[in-house]
Amino acid sequence: MKLLASIRIALRALRVNRMRSALTMLGIIIGVAAVIAMVAVGSGATARIKEQIQSIGSNLIMVLPGSITTSGMRLGGGVGVTLTEDDGRAIAAECPAVSLVAPTVRGGAQVMFGNNNWATSIVGTTPDYLKIRELSILSGRAFTDDDVAGAGKVALLGSTVAHNLFGDADPVGQIMRIKNVPFTVVGELIPKGQSPSGQDQDDVILIPLSTARRQVTGTSQANARSVGTLMVQAIGPQAMSAAEAEIRPLLRQRHRLQNDQDDDFTVRNLAEVFAAQESSARVMSILLGAIASVSLIVGGIGIMNIMLVSVTERTREIGLRLAIGAKTRDILSQFLVEAVTLSLLGGVTGIAIGIGASLLISYLAKWSTLVSPTAIMLAFVFSGLVGIFFGYYPARKAALLDPIDALRYE
Amino acid sequence: MDRVIQLDHLVKNYHMGGTPVHALKDVSLEIGRGEFVAIMGPSGSGKSTLMNILGCLDKPTSGAYLLDGIAVGQLDRDELAEIRNQKIGFVFQQFNLLARTSALENVELPLLYTTTPARERRDRSMAALSAVGLSERYEHYPSQLSGGQQQRVAIARAIVTHPRIILADEPTGALDSRTSIEIMAIFQRLNREAGMTVIVVTHEPDIAAYAGRNIHFRDGRLQRDLVIASPLDAARELENLPAEENEEVTV
Repeated sequence: MKLLASIRIALRALRVNRMRSALTMLGIIIGVAAVIAMVAVGSGATARIKEQIQSIGSNLIMVLPGSITTSGMRLGGGVGVTLTEDDGRAIAAECPAVSLVAPTVRGGAQVMFGNNNWATSIVGTTPDYLKIRELSILSGRAFTDDDVAGAGKVALLGSTVAHNLFGDADPVGQIMRIKNVPFTVVGELIPKGQSPSGQDQDDVILIPLSTARRQVTGTSQANARSVGTLMVQAIGPQAMSAAEAEIRPLLRQRHRLQNDQDDDFTVRNLAEVFAAQESSARVMSILLGAIASVSLIVGGIGIMNIMLVSVTERTREIGLRLAIGAKTRDILSQFLVEAVTLSLLGGVTGIAIGIGASLLISYLAKWSTLVSPTAIMLAFVFSGLVGIFFGYYPARKAALLDPIDALRYE
Repeated sequence: MDRVIQLDHLVKNYHMGGTPVHALKDVSLEIGRGEFVAIMGPSGSGKSTLMNILGCLDKPTSGAYLLDGIAVGQLDRDELAEIRNQKIGFVFQQFNLLARTSALENVELPLLYTTTPARERRDRSMAALSAVGLSERYEHYPSQLSGGQQQRVAIARAIVTHPRIILADEPTGALDSRTSIEIMAIFQRLNREAGMTVIVVTHEPDIAAYAGRNIHFRDGRLQRDLVIASPLDAARELENLPAEENEEVTV
């Protein structure tokens, strides 16, 4: 018998008991909707983490000065003066897995324009910093290597700073004050949003490294060329660990560390940290999906139950069909198609409801949700498989009925 | 004469609740093409068992059954289904029409298990319905038809595949006497005009009187095999009956 004819027969049989069919489908609908919504929440979280990792800059390795001990007092990491601009240059020149290095110094400062003032952080760096952090210019221009060489008093504003000092006006070309020193605003950055740790990445002013030393952070007496952090970009995502492995011995050699001495710097691979976060989010999404699938299986049992009832009710019909020439596989496929039709109708409805539910979740709970086409396809295929799996036993039972007994069945 | 059915020393035993039942004991029988046979006997005589074997719904314990030259005892479940589909038209006491399914679709049902294309299925089903005088009502559901009309739909379903034999199991058992005669008139017409072989199982002598041959069973054995020289003509019987309001006779 043709498949199309089987589907027509199945739909008719399901229409006969509308209420019963709808209730049976409800199990699948709830199951599929739950899977879709849960997976959407999970992949939404994963996507958000991915996005945040992108916002820090891709293939980013940070090299920080190590902890130092002075007079028996151990100071925390990142405060030492062991890293220098020259370390940065050496890394850029000698490590093949590294594409760019930007030395940075950081400091806080009160900044002013007209009647407005604002406390923000100042980053002194080189133009490569923008490439490494994937920062783009909204208006104006970036500062140049010449600005760095000449210690030019030029500033590049993050959007939060720009907004707080200049409101809606264009800051480019204006003279503002950082620690009372006049700076020319040469450009404004495109907003980046929050960092993975929740910091506002737009509350920052970028100025040339040399200028920052002179006007903002001051110069360390111990080492005039020291920098806070070296921002390093590897040549690709696969080169991250290679870059790390190249940087470490180079710096040890440059810092003349003996074999028994600890590193006086720290190499931090941020991507690894966030990859761990991402994979835990993915595990959560799989777990949520797995829990939701349980209800799909319960729905499948509901289908099996109702198909068994249906086979019993229609024993005489089956007997007649067998008597007039239906083969085993004809009856088998008739009831199998009926079960699969039931589960697929439920699946499609469930997909629609699941999409609606995930939209509702993102609207009400402000969670980012992501309904992927893969999840929809999987839910559809899986609900079909549930129909086949739980429909097979009743269908087989029907197909193997003895026509004489079935015809006599009251 | 061309033999459609040949039974050779047929035996059928089965168990019912642990006790063996010898339903058919050494039955040999031949039925030729175009015959109209009534198989009679009280309950327990083995006529239902014989009916099931003739209809290829059951297999004999021993002995041979040749249907249209095919030894059906050797066939498996699906091969038997195909034989039933192609060579046998069933008519049941309880009609066994599918509810919520139109008369036409009920008639079409056996063709669904063949490779007949949709258009031909419909044409043949309409032809079968008009052969039983119900072409006007092809869209009606069984619940909208009288008992006699339902049985006529069932007969149309039985003949739509152009089977070698029609097997009718107590076809008038659920009908009143006038409608019963109408049904017998249809069988007689199919037998005479289309040369169809008709086998009716009945326990009513009134019904058997329309057949050209009466075979009596008792205790699993063939007891009597009578040829009726001049069977009753159902169409003529109907004319002699006082006209009734319930059904229009379109035979």
